[in-house]
Amino acid sequence: MKSLRHLLPLWAGLLLFPRPVFAMHISEGILPAGWAVFWFAVAAPFVAWGVRQINRRKNADPSYIPLIGIFGAAVFVFSCFPIPVPVAGSTAHPAGTGMSAIFLGPFASVVVAFISLLLQALFLAHGGLTTLGGNTFSMGVMGSFSGYGAFRLGRLLHLNLFWSGFLAGLTADLVTYFGTSFEMALALHGTQPFLSVLGQIYLAFMPTQIPLSLLEGAVTGGIIVYVQKHRPDILRRLKVFGEAAS
Amino acid sequence: MRRFLIVVSMLLLLLTAAVATAQEEEKKPKWPGVDETVVEKYAKELGREARAPFFDTDQGDLLLFLFALAGGIGGFVMGYYWHKVFVAGKKDREE
Repeated sequence: MKSLRHLLPLWAGLLLFPRPVFAMHISEGILPAGWAVFWFAVAAPFVAWGVRQINRRKNADPSYIPLIGIFGAAVFVFSCFPIPVPVAGSTAHPAGTGMSAIFLGPFASVVVAFISLLLQALFLAHGGLTTLGGNTFSMGVMGSFSGYGAFRLGRLLHLNLFWSGFLAGLTADLVTYFGTSFEMALALHGTQPFLSVLGQIYLAFMPTQIPLSLLEGAVTGGIIVYVQKHRPDILRRLKVFGEAAS
Repeated sequence: MRRFLIVVSMLLLLLTAAVATAQEEEKKPKWPGVDETVVEKYAKELGREARAPFFDTDQGDLLLFLFALAGGIGGFVMGYYWHKVFVAGKKDREE
């Protein structure tokens, strides 16, 4: 994991030279008003419950706050960081919600995604305010819960930490884009068959998203292994090893 | 002379084609995001177009500045807490 530490300054340096390229989120105005309101209503309880959980957990365990700082910022940066995929000739970004769901819990991860998407819609012309509910549902709710579920499944299947994390990152990424496709198909399919439109949109994401989801899986797995080596107590507190919280 | 004219004509043709291709490439940005290649493309095909953002920061280099600022602040926050947990926090636990 020393190599990871050496790569951090390079990665931090790259953050200073970004290019304004937009990606995955549903752009402003694409969802009709009714669907925009619907997705806000669906996402709102998850955000509200997540805020409640964050408050409860930070009161019970002050070391939870730095974790929110790390993984909240990570989700924000990851989800507005376009990565070029040569095989597809286009760029897209990871979601980061699989990783945040493992460390913060899936509900808290929804809050982190909501705040990231709100900031991006307000200041970075990325996503949109009318599509904030839809984007929160796909990236926040679907990404976090699928990533968390995949990680737990990996542990149940006795996969090691890296592969459990890999599965979480990969699943969160692919399910997030499935959510985006699902919302678009549901709102816009019109007279065309819903499943056909859903399939077309989701398949169109795949050339970019398959390589990126593998990358996101590797990063998520790598970070969990790093935490295991340097602060295994954090994973014990998160009951990753199945032990009682200390 | 005839051969010379043919060669020049061929070269001019190639040059014109190259310029035309370059202009075409300028119109189509390289490395477009999947919002353009998938989300907006399919939305348009299904009769819905994206509208300008309510807070349109996509003006000149303003957006570049905001992305740099966001990346810098996000990177700083992440690095600050990373140090707190994995460097200072680790030392505290060892002591």
